[in-house]
Amino acid sequence: MKPSRLNVLVIDENRIRAAIIEEGLRDAGYDQITVIDEMRGLARRIADLNPDVIVIDLENPNRDMLESFFQISRAVKRPIAMFVDKSDEASIEAAVEAGVSAYIVDGLKQERVRPILKMAISRFNAFSRLNRELEETKGELENRKLIDRAKGLLMRSRGLSEDAAYALLRRTAMNQNRKIVEIAQSLLTAASLLDPGADE
Amino acid sequence: MTTRHHITAGFLPLLDSALLVVAREKGFAEAQSVELTLVRERSWATIRDRLAVSHFDVAHILAPMPIACNLGLSAPAPKMVVPMALGLGGNAVTVSAALWDAMAKCGATDDLDARASGAALRRVIDRRNEETLRFGVVHPYSAHNYELRYWLAASGIDPDREIEIVVLPPPDMGDALAAGLIDGYCAGEPWNTFGVLKRSAHLATVKAAIWKSSPEKVLGVNARWSEGHPEALHALLRALYSASLWCAEPQNHGELANLLAGPSYVARPAELLLPALRGVLPIGAGQTRVVTDFFVPNAKAATFPWKSHALWFYTQMVRWHQVEHTAEHQNIAGGTYRPDIYRNAMRSLGVALPSASAKVEGALRTETPVGSSGALTLGPDGFFDGSLFDPDDITTYIAAQLGQ
Repeated sequence: MKPSRLNVLVIDENRIRAAIIEEGLRDAGYDQITVIDEMRGLARRIADLNPDVIVIDLENPNRDMLESFFQISRAVKRPIAMFVDKSDEASIEAAVEAGVSAYIVDGLKQERVRPILKMAISRFNAFSRLNRELEETKGELENRKLIDRAKGLLMRSRGLSEDAAYALLRRTAMNQNRKIVEIAQSLLTAASLLDPGADE
Repeated sequence: MTTRHHITAGFLPLLDSALLVVAREKGFAEAQSVELTLVRERSWATIRDRLAVSHFDVAHILAPMPIACNLGLSAPAPKMVVPMALGLGGNAVTVSAALWDAMAKCGATDDLDARASGAALRRVIDRRNEETLRFGVVHPYSAHNYELRYWLAASGIDPDREIEIVVLPPPDMGDALAAGLIDGYCAGEPWNTFGVLKRSAHLATVKAAIWKSSPEKVLGVNARWSEGHPEALHALLRALYSASLWCAEPQNHGELANLLAGPSYVARPAELLLPALRGVLPIGAGQTRVVTDFFVPNAKAATFPWKSHALWFYTQMVRWHQVEHTAEHQNIAGGTYRPDIYRNAMRSLGVALPSASAKVEGALRTETPVGSSGALTLGPDGFFDGSLFDPDDITTYIAAQLGQ
């Protein structure tokens, strides 16, 4: 049996992340991949698919159900947690850190499935990074808008040029050991209290 | 300057996470110089995994689960110790309106009596031609699973052949019941109250009727962390004890329900949390019943980690073929619960402590003062069928249950 013949099941309610993992596995030559993002009837579907390897995210509330299903089920080949090899603490930690867990059919050699876990870990990490960057970009955009509004306020109320308004904000921030966006926010709040509509 | 202890605890959004939540939110942790970080999870499997890799030092965990981890039944399993219980009781057996109807016709009474409801369920199964009844529990190594099975077996129902028991996440129980996927479930709060108030379910019986004064969640501690941080652990146990006293005060129940209802914790309406705290439970069809010991956070040595509790769970693991009975396994199970750590931590609080570390479960038929000071009362701690569990004679108990 070549590695690519392994029947891999990815359970993830986050469709984008599931797609990223699926793509990674296909690129690595695994072609029997099923993705389940709908948790209804999960046990039945696993019994039908009879996977060799299951990859599931740690946030999935159905993990307890899944593990109990493996204990009692005669309907599927008997999967066990990937991390039964205690010597492999580093990979356990990397997986939990990344937020992913995997189960393999008992008897399957760990070497054969380790690449799958590695792939899942790196794709989970990549997804988190992507999410974080997205959040940061969104945050930066919000900050920029606040600073622009504060600049506009200073330009109108004190007759400053755009550069001078920004310099004033920056100087104040430095003097108070705060971020420019915090100064901008305080200024806007103060302005709206003193004169509702001043910022419009 | 006192040392500050940073402790990270995992928990599931359930009523009995109360002691941890209150320790943090009401300043009891702070008073012991403990900076307590609480991290919410969605499965016991993830709590276990994150304990294993030391993301969590301690966790709100199912009472039998640390024993299962130490017995190697669950991988990757951290070695764990249980130095404290997080209260007594808190569960119920909830059934669908249809099953309750059938049970009521077979003699079930709505006083939550375990014997009457068990006998009624037996008769329902006898008369039933449709498919096997299906009950949900939250985990194979849970007090829910063992008390449900104990109740069924003592009512003459074989839980492996005459009933199907499936595992579901607690928040899904009510919907699964309403959709007819299951006929009943044994779960913690607020999920029984949710089933009754929002999904037309009915309470059949409660944990406090099946096995009085029995533990549900405990503080599971990574053994390695515990060895390296005895002072931090002691400080946390004292904080949790103070929290248990606060939780037990009836005038705090409203505030506690609101606290737990918050978005970082159980994140469900306070009205679903209050019944269990007050011990006034909606049981179905608009009725309520008073169960004063439904959830006991402090009284009756509710936070004491009795070795007899650990050993009873162990006997049930053997009974339901999860593990083989050997002297070594028995030692591992009994050694998981650590009343010695509890005693050391509480010494400076001047708390009245039980002098024994194990007791015959079921021996106390009434509330009984114990110890020299008389400041502590225990029990009743009986099983509903009147049987006794003597932790000094486990082999006989197991043999009797296995019918050997």
